[in-house]
Amino acid sequence: MAITLDVNGKQLTVEATDDTPLLWVLRDELGLTGTKYGCGVAQCGACTVLADGAPIRSCLTPVSALGAAKITTIEGLGGEHPLQEAWVALDVPQCGYCQSGQIMSAAALLAQSPKPTDAEIDGAMAGNICRCGAYQRIHAAIKAASGQTPAAAPQTDA
Amino acid sequence: MNALFPRRAANTGEGLSRRQLIITATAVGGALMVGCSPTDLLAAGAESETGPFGAFVKIAPDGAVTLVCKHIEFGQGSHAGLAAIVAEELDADWSKVGWEHAPANAKLYANGALGAQLTGGSTAINNSWEQLRKAGAAARAMLVQAAANRWGVAAAEISVKDSVVSHAASGQSADFAALLADAAKVTPPAEPVLKDPALFTLIGTDRVRRKDSLAKSTGQTRFTMDVQADNLLVAMVAHPPRFGAKVASFDAAAARAVAGVVEVYEIPTGVAVVADNTWAAKQGRDALSVTWDESKAETRSSADIAARFRDLADGSAALEKGEEWQGFETKGDVSGQPGGQALEVAYDFPYLAHAAMEPMNCVAQVEGNKARLTFASQAPTLDQLNVAKILANLPGAIEIETLPAGGSFGRRANFQSDFVVECVQIARKVGGNRPVKLIWTREDDMAAGYYRPLVHHRVRVTTDADGYPSAWTHRIVTQSIMKGAPFGGGGVDETAVEGAKGSPYLAATPHVDAQLLTPDIGVPVLWWRSVGATHTAYVMEHTIDQLARRAGQDPVAYRRALYEKAGAKRHLAVLDLAVKKSGWGTPAPEGWTRGVAVHESFGSVVAQVAEVKMENGEPKVGRVVTAIDCGTAISPDQIAAQMEGGTCYGLSATLYGQVTLTEGRVDQTNFDTYRVLRHGEAPQVETHIVPQPAGTHPTGVGEPGTPVIGPAVANALLALTGEAITAQPFVRV
Ligand code: FES
Ligand code: FES
Repeated sequence: MAITLDVNGKQLTVEATDDTPLLWVLRDELGLTGTKYGCGVAQCGACTVLADGAPIRSCLTPVSALGAAKITTIEGLGGEHPLQEAWVALDVPQCGYCQSGQIMSAAALLAQSPKPTDAEIDGAMAGNICRCGAYQRIHAAIKAASGQTPAAAPQTDA
Repeated sequence: MNALFPRRAANTGEGLSRRQLIITATAVGGALMVGCSPTDLLAAGAESETGPFGAFVKIAPDGAVTLVCKHIEFGQGSHAGLAAIVAEELDADWSKVGWEHAPANAKLYANGALGAQLTGGSTAINNSWEQLRKAGAAARAMLVQAAANRWGVAAAEISVKDSVVSHAASGQSADFAALLADAAKVTPPAEPVLKDPALFTLIGTDRVRRKDSLAKSTGQTRFTMDVQADNLLVAMVAHPPRFGAKVASFDAAAARAVAGVVEVYEIPTGVAVVADNTWAAKQGRDALSVTWDESKAETRSSADIAARFRDLADGSAALEKGEEWQGFETKGDVSGQPGGQALEVAYDFPYLAHAAMEPMNCVAQVEGNKARLTFASQAPTLDQLNVAKILANLPGAIEIETLPAGGSFGRRANFQSDFVVECVQIARKVGGNRPVKLIWTREDDMAAGYYRPLVHHRVRVTTDADGYPSAWTHRIVTQSIMKGAPFGGGGVDETAVEGAKGSPYLAATPHVDAQLLTPDIGVPVLWWRSVGATHTAYVMEHTIDQLARRAGQDPVAYRRALYEKAGAKRHLAVLDLAVKKSGWGTPAPEGWTRGVAVHESFGSVVAQVAEVKMENGEPKVGRVVTAIDCGTAISPDQIAAQMEGGTCYGLSATLYGQVTLTEGRVDQTNFDTYRVLRHGEAPQVETHIVPQPAGTHPTGVGEPGTPVIGPAVANALLALTGEAITAQPFVRV
């Protein structure tokens, strides 16, 4: 069936069965491959996108359930979002595969809580797995993007 | 993959040698002839054209420099360190240096440590050091010569800085772009003159940062999962529920009825459904009804395997045919030592899944005996050999475009190229050069095996009057990783003993009897970030703390005494640095207990002091002070990143990681049952690098951060509770 979605500010019509998860519509039909598959069961957060500003796991959200919700993917964040700038300044990504989901979860957090505490960050990011273990820099980048710390790389003393 | 180091092979006469790999290449290639060099054989059928600046350096018309990177980027950031080596010798403007993955070609791009094009064993920087210094220096010499010719001055009077070539006396200068055409015509020097390492201006500075952070922070990096092509088909496969089972029969009617499903094929590893899109492939695969022939399947439970390993180690179970104890360190006579005060400990380690964030996948297109693969290939030479075998082609003729991987931790370098071969089998059925993307779901990935092997250690240590080890008896029972390798092996599987073998503690012990037994089990196993050290570091380091405790000594002082005895200078240096930076010897912050551990792997030595407390019944790790000796530090920032990430990877396994089997079926299916470390559980890692004399050879960084945290945490808990922890994971759900 034809379904119309509001993705990154554009009205887009796709052909998909209505049980198809949003994740596969974004990736296979719309070519928005920044959103990743990691588990398919809402356990890893790699597929996180925003629906009307709230973080959702697109792997478990049937495309027919979205109605008129405004969907934002990593591609819709613009590339100069304070989080993205902090991510680059701190060289947060390792393999990078989880990072779209991490950034989208963090973006939802900052929209709710512009200066989140450590505990709020831990809570909001608990659903996003990073197997490379970039957590420490993810945490630091959220603090930096929210103006709580300078965006400098962790110091080493070679 | 430590054991693939020639250093070890040369020391021991055991393990992999290049010759063994070549013999296999000859056998696989069938028609391949003797008399060629090893990499000639492996690259047979490949095109090996390179540009004027050789295989590793490209300079674009605008003067931008590109490193052609023979190593895959899968998180370790080695592209940055490798590019920096070239940029340093070339005196290139670092902001105008980029990188790309090399094509598959063993002749041009073999790993100097392994003899095949393969990323692993934390060797990327280590094996490329001289090679890339020379590549950069040669390109520099060509640019300088071009300028000298143009200006009619002596090359020796010319200097280069930030991609600008200058002659101070005449005031002339030109950038790389302006000199490019002339430089390309200069004959490259046979032995380019390398910089004095004391004059390095880029290497070792915080300017050496990754080049891929922006793409990875904007969703633009193209992973295998993201490959798109006209006409692309997506494939998913129904795999047997037990290792070693085969398809008996299947009914595909319901699968074919799913809209978007194109075809269903039986392949050697199961039943494949190919479809127009991912969701249809998944729906189709799930609708298959398959009957399996399990007559040759592995049906043991992991608990039974662990029990037998324990019984073998303590001598209560008899050896079966083909099973044989192999000594890996023997000296003196342990039986002659008084044993009244012996410490006896047995340790159990479970199977572990790599669980890389991007599940295994591959894109292949096949026509006749030709194949083109577009995917994250960690071991292009192995993948070429395995695919060539199926298609009856020469290995070098199998084209591979390597993409970055969403993690691997060893999983993508597989002797059987399991998921690659599966994809090629499907693409071959589809034929017509039509691209097929094989996707494994998380559940497929987790159940597919190639785990870190289940391991049992049994240790018995007697001590002298001062409490130091006098006799050390060590038994390791585990599956062999290298037994499944095309490059045979024979002898002791180094990957099972590395880290126990060669330990300074054994060097400091007068009587040692250390043996390995590797029973055959039908569960596929593989290297897993830091390989043997995942268990040997834990056993050695946790045993040492138990011995120190019995001797009434501080764990740091006890280690120092043994390192002095063993002449382990690098161990002493990292320990001293970690001690100094962590405040060891002063009270830990209220509520926290410190633990220390030190381990050498992949040519580097790492010490960690971890602060640990119990929180809600589980260990919580806070500050982790890390000291590393990795030779010359190329990118301090990426070394720190690898210590942070490696520590998380090791801690995740120590606290939570385990794959169990019930009557041969894998119990864990996804991250709900295979628990991994999450954001709030991650420690705060500080990295301190031991300074080295200029020019010291760099050593590994990707893996050495992984094995140390487990024993550091166990040692903190030992100090806190008085109890040793003899089984991983610590927390069971
Ligand atoms: S893919 Fe959706 S949460 Fe993992
Ligand atoms: S950066 Fe690799 S999984 Fe997060």
